[in-house]
Amino acid sequence: MTKEKIRNNGLGIVKTQNFTFESLKLESGEKFGPLSLVYETYGSLNKEKSNAILITHALSGDAHAAGVHEGKENPGWWNEFIGPGRAFDTDRYFIICSNILGGCKGSTGPASINPKTGKPYALDFPLITINDIVNAQKKLIDHFGIEKLLSVVGGSMGGQQVLSWLVNYPDNLCSAVPIATTIRHSPQQIAFNEVGRQAIMADGHWKAGNYYEGVAPTKGLAVARMIGHITYMSDKSMAEKFGRAKKETGEPFKFTADFEVEGYLRYRGDNFVKRFDANSYLYITKAMDNFDASGGKRFEEVLRGTKAKVLVISFKSDWLYPGYQSKEIVKACKLAGVETTYCEIDSTYGHDAFLLEVDEETHLLKHFLKKVFYAYEVTGDYGA
Amino acid sequence: MITARKDIQLDHEVILSLIQPQAKVLDLGCGNGDLLYLLIKEKNCHVQGIEIDEQAIYKCVAKGLNVFHGDVDSGLAEFSDKYFDYVVLNQSLQQILHVDKVLIDALRVGKKVIVGFPNFAHYKSRLQMFFKGRSPVTGALPYQWYETPNLHFLSISDFKNYCRIKKINIERSVCIGQSRRIPFLPNLFAQTGIFLISK
Repeated sequence: MTKEKIRNNGLGIVKTQNFTFESLKLESGEKFGPLSLVYETYGSLNKEKSNAILITHALSGDAHAAGVHEGKENPGWWNEFIGPGRAFDTDRYFIICSNILGGCKGSTGPASINPKTGKPYALDFPLITINDIVNAQKKLIDHFGIEKLLSVVGGSMGGQQVLSWLVNYPDNLCSAVPIATTIRHSPQQIAFNEVGRQAIMADGHWKAGNYYEGVAPTKGLAVARMIGHITYMSDKSMAEKFGRAKKETGEPFKFTADFEVEGYLRYRGDNFVKRFDANSYLYITKAMDNFDASGGKRFEEVLRGTKAKVLVISFKSDWLYPGYQSKEIVKACKLAGVETTYCEIDSTYGHDAFLLEVDEETHLLKHFLKKVFYAYEVTGDYGA
Repeated sequence: MITARKDIQLDHEVILSLIQPQAKVLDLGCGNGDLLYLLIKEKNCHVQGIEIDEQAIYKCVAKGLNVFHGDVDSGLAEFSDKYFDYVVLNQSLQQILHVDKVLIDALRVGKKVIVGFPNFAHYKSRLQMFFKGRSPVTGALPYQWYETPNLHFLSISDFKNYCRIKKINIERSVCIGQSRRIPFLPNLFAQTGIFLISK
């Protein structure tokens, strides 16, 4: 089958579902609830419940990882990776992807209605952590009756969730694939997130988070997203995509979006505010910054005894989550005696590469998952 | 007696014969993973590879191998003492920048080390040097001087001498040509030297 053919035959129409549960004990000690997670599944769960893979999404992602929604055109955010014959082969595996706790794509978050007040939580929403997000996902996995996931896979913040799974539920997964991620954010990563948060909070419409009945802080959120997009690309990918090309705006003002890159960032920013909640952005980026998979210990000590197999992937031009951070994960796995494979893919896309380098990632994921699924049997299969 | 099977390289066959079943093996510069694959299939070994070339990594992963993408020079530091039963440096020794450091590290993390390298003093090389006055290009050293990945050029005698100076035990040495063992005057007639060493 040609690659084109595989790509064109996706999953078709998919539906988002909802799972509600009474409460979750947060890391802070607070009991929070009720809460809902929306999720999508692709493929079918086998009788032994041994073929389930959880996919964890990044900052702006959602439960809609693949296929298309009825009446819509845009496929899910990892569509080229999920479907029959793809990296996450739905003929073989059962794929689950849920919107994170604190998100704004259907799962309970700051924009959800607080049952106590009948109004959106806004800043009454508790400060959540990556571990809280994962603990909520665990409830969903329990709901399916799945005792052991075949794998947990995700990039960027999704990778942080993968590490949290690996540390908190080592016996509930056969393998883990953290992609373009880190044990903990560096000051540089925190700094970029902080500028994004400041942009939102500096918007007059933010009003300490209570904007749901009025105008949303769209200008601030758009700026936050623009900063994000700069960090997701590489110098080279920007140069290739935009160069110094100028747009014909025809506007007589100074400081219009003259350059292609300016127009692109404005377009991305303006689009983002239509689909994302500013308070969610604050809560989620804070959870990312606060996350430390090692819990303040040496990461290899936390991992020691883990039976799960690990595949770590990074990208050469990713300067937001640089390769050395992935190598730290690998190093800890080495020291802890965890079976690990590491590949740094030669890509020019920057951090965005984890969404775009389909062929290379597919090759790695496909063979790795196959190995784990067939009980580590070495097949000698050279086919891609 | 080691005989070459049709589809298996002779040096792999030799290394296979030097490794005990079920051993824990690290292959530094594992290439496409052919040797590691054989070690799993035929000796039931627990294996780990380190390889710098990205395309080779993909081939290793397709074989179901655990492999780290990185250079050999910096790949050993994290492993604890005697973590592996064997550390293999097959056809990679001559391409490593800091050979001495890597060998010392390999002898630290491995109970035993297996080294395989092309013999620079093979008679064909000597003839080319002597009669043509040019850097040798042979079956075991197939590169022109301007494109060779090899950084070091050593002979079987050089390596034996190195082990003596560094007080490294040579437990076994097997010297081979294209298709068979060369027990007689190996430094002259063998293309490849394979040593099992320990400290």
